[in-house]
Amino acid sequence: MSDSLLSPVVDEDGAPFWEYAARGELRVQACAAPGCGELRFPPRPCCPRCQSFDSEWRLMSGRGRIWSYVLPHPPLLPAYAEQAPYNAVVVELTEAPRIRLVGNVVSGPEAALNSVDPGRLRIGTAVQAVFCPTDAGTTLVRWLLER
Amino acid sequence: MATLKDVTAIAGIGQTAFARQLPESEKVLACRAIIAALDDAGIAASEVDAFASYTMEETDEVEVAKAIGAGDVTFFSKVGYGGGGSCATIAHLAAAVATGQAGVGVAWRSRKRGSGPRPWKNTAVQLPAPAQWTRPYGLLRPSDEIGMLARRYMHEYGATRDHLFNVALACRNRANQNPDAMMYERPLTRDMYMTSRWISDPLCLFDNCLETDGALACVIVSAERARDCRQKPVYIHSVAQGLPAQHHGMVNYWNDDPLTGPAWTAARQLWKQADFGPDDVHVAQIYDAFTPLIPLSLEGYGFCGRGEGAAFTEGGALESGGRLPINTGGGGLSEAYVHGFNLINEGVKQLRGVSTAQVPDAATCLVTAGEGVPTSAVLLRS
Repeated sequence: MSDSLLSPVVDEDGAPFWEYAARGELRVQACAAPGCGELRFPPRPCCPRCQSFDSEWRLMSGRGRIWSYVLPHPPLLPAYAEQAPYNAVVVELTEAPRIRLVGNVVSGPEAALNSVDPGRLRIGTAVQAVFCPTDAGTTLVRWLLER
Repeated sequence: MATLKDVTAIAGIGQTAFARQLPESEKVLACRAIIAALDDAGIAASEVDAFASYTMEETDEVEVAKAIGAGDVTFFSKVGYGGGGSCATIAHLAAAVATGQAGVGVAWRSRKRGSGPRPWKNTAVQLPAPAQWTRPYGLLRPSDEIGMLARRYMHEYGATRDHLFNVALACRNRANQNPDAMMYERPLTRDMYMTSRWISDPLCLFDNCLETDGALACVIVSAERARDCRQKPVYIHSVAQGLPAQHHGMVNYWNDDPLTGPAWTAARQLWKQADFGPDDVHVAQIYDAFTPLIPLSLEGYGFCGRGEGAAFTEGGALESGGRLPINTGGGGLSEAYVHGFNLINEGVKQLRGVSTAQVPDAATCLVTAGEGVPTSAVLLRS
């Protein structure tokens, strides 16, 4: 269903994130310098805390909380207008609240952007990452409401 | 250390009509606004030797300089991050004039957003690297991005849609006094606001600025020269740009505290160089592409404490006669959205005493640029 939606235009810094997502893993870039380990998002060449260029990609549990959300209405790009109003959320990760990811809360990995009743969305609500392959070959990280 | 304080002044301002659709091109509109500003100052185009504009301006300084008949140009500057650059044009020209790099500077903005393309419309071909983290999920437009911050702000501090309405109404009421404003004859009511269509819930139609065709310009010279010009000088008292640590464009969700935006950074620098503080500001022109930018900016520039920006809008505080009259020409919400340049010229009008919503004896004015993106601000005084 996602082929007419926008696909991520992946850059060098972000490529590992999308490669791990394609394997069903939510990983966040972390500093690999001894004694640092600072997580950073979006990905970038070096650590803003210690300036090391050594990094690793740390596996996350995929659990998070809704930090905020909007419900976009048209005018929108056509593929999005078809599903509007839908939700777009910012999720903060449970084990690293300063790491926040934009996404969508959906009823299943490949469900429509408007597949969850917006009335069920609240700031602070627990969510779990799921992975949605797109026809363009990337895998988007989406979110299910935790039961 | 050298200081810019009151060393330069705005000597002339000019603008075109504002409308949903104007027949002339952006280049023609730019030239008209610039020539009007030079006429206002009483300075010949041949004396202009510096230009400044900001990104998303389609007309280059080479085109403008050639068209108006400028002389040799020795300083030119284009500031990044769209609407965050409006006041920085003043800052750059003030610095150039103060340091002798140029003598007569022109800042301008020309836009046909009412009838031309919107930058998010061709999103598919305009995906810079950061967009990979947001746009596939349908966070497409500036309104969506600011709406995200707005809902978090409302959640944390109890701000309501009524607070956002207070902002929209203050701007509309001033536009209703300004014959040049797009919304001159179109009053706004609470019922209209509350029943209007959503753009990106929690933001409705009236939380969004106007798409406008139009252009504005102003002329910057040394304070000494300005005193010999046609108009009363408006002194550039303090200037600042602001790009906070770990900031990330308009989708500012990735620094430690997304609700303290670039305004906070610009404000610290602005007040550090000024002879007065927020309590001494008589009138403010605060960038209002979206209503939530006003409470966020009121906090950032120190008019109230953290989380108090929404409550600040109560009781008519932003209206004429209130604690801090804002956007007295109508602002981007109701006069025209020309990427904030109309706020600069309105600040000049206030300090000349000729605004259509004149604050009595206004002698100090804060003008700010786009909040949410890397920004800039200027303090003007008469």
